[in-house]
Amino acid sequence: MLLRLHQIDKSYPSVEGPLQVLHGIDLSLEAGKSLALTGESGSGKSTLLHLVAGLDSPDAGEIHLGGKNIVGLNDTALAALRRGTVGLVFQQFNLIPSLDVAANLAFQARLAGHPDPAWLKVLAARLGLAEVLTRYPEQLSAGQQQRVAVGRTLAARPRLVLADEPTGNLDEATGDAVLDLMLSLVAETGAALLMVTHSNRLANRLDARVHLRAGRLA
Amino acid sequence: MVWTGLTALLSHWRRRPVQLAMLLLGLSLATALWSGVQAINTEARASYDRAAVILGQDQLAQLMREDGAPMNQQVFVTLRRAGWLVSPVIDGEMRFGDVRLRVLGIDPLTVPPQAQQVDVAAGGGLLPFITTPGVFYADPETAARLAGQATPPVRVAEGLPPGTVITDIGQAQALLGAKDEISRLLLWPDQPMDRASLRVAAPGLILREPSETGDLARLTDSFHLNLTAFGFLAFAVGLFIVHSAIGLAFEQRRPVFRTLRALGLPARVLILLLITELLVFALVAGLVGVALGYLVASALLPDVAATLRGLYGADVPGTLSIRPAWWAAGLAIAVIGTLVAAAQGLWRVWRLPLLAPAQPRAWARASERALRAQGVAAMVLLLAGAGIAQLGSGLVAGFVLLASLLLGAALALPLVLTGILVLGRRLARGPLAEWFWADTRQQLPGLSLALMALLLALAANVGVGTMVSSFRLSFTGWLDQRLASELYVTARTEAEATAMHDWLAPRSDAVLPVWNIEGQVAGHVAAIYGVADHATYRDNWPLLSALPQVWDRIATGEGALINEQLSRRQGLGLGDQITLPGGWRASIVGVYSDYGNPMGQVIIGIDTLAARYPKVSRLRYAIRVAPDKSAALAAGLRAEFGLPAQNVIDQAGIKAFALKVFERTFSVTAALSVLTLGVAGLAMFASLMTLSGMRRPQLAPVWAMGLTRRHLAWLELWRGLLLAALTMLAALPVGIGLAFVLLAVVNVEAFGWRLPMHLFPGDWVRLGVLALLAAGLAVAVPAWRLARFSPSDLLKVFANER
Repeated sequence: MLLRLHQIDKSYPSVEGPLQVLHGIDLSLEAGKSLALTGESGSGKSTLLHLVAGLDSPDAGEIHLGGKNIVGLNDTALAALRRGTVGLVFQQFNLIPSLDVAANLAFQARLAGHPDPAWLKVLAARLGLAEVLTRYPEQLSAGQQQRVAVGRTLAARPRLVLADEPTGNLDEATGDAVLDLMLSLVAETGAALLMVTHSNRLANRLDARVHLRAGRLA
Repeated sequence: MVWTGLTALLSHWRRRPVQLAMLLLGLSLATALWSGVQAINTEARASYDRAAVILGQDQLAQLMREDGAPMNQQVFVTLRRAGWLVSPVIDGEMRFGDVRLRVLGIDPLTVPPQAQQVDVAAGGGLLPFITTPGVFYADPETAARLAGQATPPVRVAEGLPPGTVITDIGQAQALLGAKDEISRLLLWPDQPMDRASLRVAAPGLILREPSETGDLARLTDSFHLNLTAFGFLAFAVGLFIVHSAIGLAFEQRRPVFRTLRALGLPARVLILLLITELLVFALVAGLVGVALGYLVASALLPDVAATLRGLYGADVPGTLSIRPAWWAAGLAIAVIGTLVAAAQGLWRVWRLPLLAPAQPRAWARASERALRAQGVAAMVLLLAGAGIAQLGSGLVAGFVLLASLLLGAALALPLVLTGILVLGRRLARGPLAEWFWADTRQQLPGLSLALMALLLALAANVGVGTMVSSFRLSFTGWLDQRLASELYVTARTEAEATAMHDWLAPRSDAVLPVWNIEGQVAGHVAAIYGVADHATYRDNWPLLSALPQVWDRIATGEGALINEQLSRRQGLGLGDQITLPGGWRASIVGVYSDYGNPMGQVIIGIDTLAARYPKVSRLRYAIRVAPDKSAALAAGLRAEFGLPAQNVIDQAGIKAFALKVFERTFSVTAALSVLTLGVAGLAMFASLMTLSGMRRPQLAPVWAMGLTRRHLAWLELWRGLLLAALTMLAALPVGIGLAFVLLAVVNVEAFGWRLPMHLFPGDWVRLGVLALLAAGLAVAVPAWRLARFSPSDLLKVFANER
């Protein structure tokens, strides 16, 4: 099992006291499989994704990634995990505005210490970015930006791809095109995919789905 | 509508108190430095004005000798008999203890009403004024300084210049040891038609028309211009902070502006609301700034007063008066400065397209056009500066050259830094290094104003530092040459001087007279010194240029030496003829450096001096003796003649005094340089603090991809230090250029002397360390904040439901 979550609780401080956003979540995902995480706004989907990515830590519970519990790891170890094991695709793309497309594509792979120029070339071609490698993010369309974000994540060949509403900022046709590319490339790399989405239509295209309601798995 | 709009606009500041604090601080500091300098200038000028109007000089014409020398009071009698309505005045200087005074003696019976500055008949009638011991009238500060001194009774009179007393002419003549002498004659405005012609009644006298500005005001103009220039530089540096803070606030509120416009707020009302907001800030910061300026001026004024006294003999009080006009001017400059700093932002809001996407524009992209325009402006300014350097002359041209150099360099800085950062990116190895250089370049537009302010401050420090240090090096070398004698003694009477000379002759290697008179040379007061034909002068005198056998020519009375100031001011050179007091002419055989002296000076042979001016005071002597015997000789001299300590001064004492005067002369500019650097540091801090709030979206993805917050914070620190270091490197050539212009143009015009430029790399290293320290401090807080960002803060960047 690549990913296993056990009894995850998470709350945030608020004016009215701690706000419980996740209650006793149990979840697992095998290598090479894809899982959709659906739910209403505020149901805790993104929070759960952030916990898996090591961007935040739970109040209670265990998160086993590749057989290792990542809860309680220090900042440096979590940073290493994000560099080498997981890859993130965000709704807002979150590209690095000061770097051109080529540098953005290669960035995480180089950061992780295993850049593969041949693979980068393939990715650029498959994602339709070969003509815009010298452009900067602000000079791209939203669809192009999200393709760069997908490419950046997959270039590092992570074992787990975490995608948070990756098509949420795109129109339906563009979103479908980006998702097609992402699913086929994830499958080629053998990575697992955990994707947060509002859309039942998109969720149905993945191997499995779970639904979150008010912080609990429905 | 207006109130709702204003509330929406002001809510920005409630959410960003640090940004508001920086805006107010920048404006306050800019106003403080500017108004502080203006307070000093205003106080000094008010003092000159008081001196200029004394005895009605601004309204009454005067009669005086062409060479400015005193005249016998018989002239007064002759003119009165010839029908002239004149009143005699004697004007001299003397010491009471440690207080140096200008003593003005007037004749209360004939003085014109315009010159009656004090009511001499008040408090017991005229008799106490004209009979021994007489009465001194002085301003409150001088009266307080005279308390306890052996002077006639002192009465306080408002409106007199500091350091000046008015007394009866007879008492003044007795005190000054100038029996029957007068300095000039005041003319009543209405003169009888049938009076005899001046040429017949008093040949040799000239008529001087009333003058509204005194000599002091003219003499010190350049000094005050210098101060004003530095005050303006500090103000400009402060405005960089204001411009930066306002620019960023406008940028951040761009979506709000669009929303307000879209909801129906007219553009005109929006602009008016923004101007109102700015005016409120300007008035608040202006009040604080003027109050701070008062403190700055109070702290600096004693040094300025000492400088003006030492350099120009101008008495300026050491304390400030509160002047409503100055407060108003301070507030006005704060308002004008704010509006100037905000002009670009207001213009952009006015031109804001209503339907453009409501997101902050990318700094880097928008700045490219601005960067190109800036580069062109920088080039134009630097070329204009080069043109002025070739073709211009005079003090104003010097300052225009300085302004072009500084502004051109400041505008060119972002361009230079961009070039370096692009190069850094190309040479970088590894993704992090590449991102570091690229990200630094992206930060540049947001930081460039602060960096330009830092460049100006550093260049000013390098320039002023190089000038002062060059001056100090030349000055100490010059002092060693000029003060070659081991002891300098001043007798109290001529008889004592003769006895002292006879006593010293067998006990020393040489006793050299230091005698001088003052008189008009080429239309200005100058000192004429006599020198003995001695190796002391031949071997040491700091000659800048001279004819062959110069000292032989002086000894035989053939020629005269003049100081650099007189040479430059009058365009006099070797071989030219010069008319000296008494109307005789001498040929110029040499020019010597004479730092720290605003007056012209002439040196002739001692025998010629004694022959031409038999009434010269013969009280001072320089003594040559083996250095190890000088202390014993000084002690013996004091014991033998009962001389007060201050009448026997050793070489080291004079040098120490001269260096003290020197240090005080530049303490104000040095203080302003350091303050300007402080303001620039704050500018950087303000920009970084504001930018740090906008950095999260740029840093969060890098953090998410596997960099720790600590690592990112270190990179932020290194980025600040790198930019400061690059700015320091860029400031070096600018500062050296500034020093060159100060030494070769401004000082020559302002003081009348030119100094060789020396370079002091050790000082640059110290300044570089200081700049890095300032940058380190400025970037430390934003970096620390970054390191302390909670993951939830950074996660907000990725949140879909924001």
